Amino acid sequence: MSPLLNHDVIRAIRQWFDPTDVDEVGTAPDYRFSLANERTFLAWVRTGLALIGGGLAVAAFVPPLRWPHVREVITVSLLLLGAAVALRAVDHWARCERAMRLGRPLPRSRFPAILALVIGAGAVALLVVVLVSGLRT
Amino acid sequence: MSTGHPPPPGLSAERTRLSWRRTTLAATAVALLAVSAAIVDRPTPLGLAAAALLAWAWLAILVIAHRRIGALGRGVTATAGRWPAVLAFLVTAYAVLATILIMTADA
Repeated sequence: MSPLLNHDVIRAIRQWFDPTDVDEVGTAPDYRFSLANERTFLAWVRTGLALIGGGLAVAAFVPPLRWPHVREVITVSLLLLGAAVALRAVDHWARCERAMRLGRPLPRSRFPAILALVIGAGAVALLVVVLVSGLRT
Repeated sequence: MSTGHPPPPGLSAERTRLSWRRTTLAATAVALLAVSAAIVDRPTPLGLAAAALLAWAWLAILVIAHRRIGALGRGVTATAGRWPAVLAFLVTAYAVLATILIMTADA
């Protein structure tokens, strides 16, 4: 576990919380860029909340499936995916803010592509589950 | 769209305020889903405690959004400071508490 919680991770988390660390490096960009960065962060947070809401909706409204625990696995996967989206959102926000202040290119990220693939694969898997359980009844 | 002219600066703050407001609405919808799960699924005491904590997280999200919306409305153009990090951790708390609520209700 210790390689996971190394200094870089702790430093990154401190940067999320400590505004002076983000706000004093380099020079301030046009504040409209900062506000746009903030709105992008909020849009990602809403995406995370939507995933969490989807997980709760699956638990509430999907009847028990033919296979045990499939419903619970879907629920918990959506809940954890929502948390991951929110935490990644604040990391990306802080990194973008820093890059803008230092005049560097914005950080590139594979996360949107990976998230799209995960959600697409999950939807296809769910379709197969629904079709197979429907055909058997 | 105007050509070449930057948009009036107030619009940027207003869009950001509305974005915070939409976020509180999304957080409210998810909190209601969690509370309905806590009522319908006959939760254990642990599940009820998780639902109560989730309601507190919802309240905290409302408070920080209110502060940020107020600051933007007064023309403050400073960056959001520590509030994005607090918001992200509150949403993470939502996910963890909802997991406890769902998992204990099934037992």
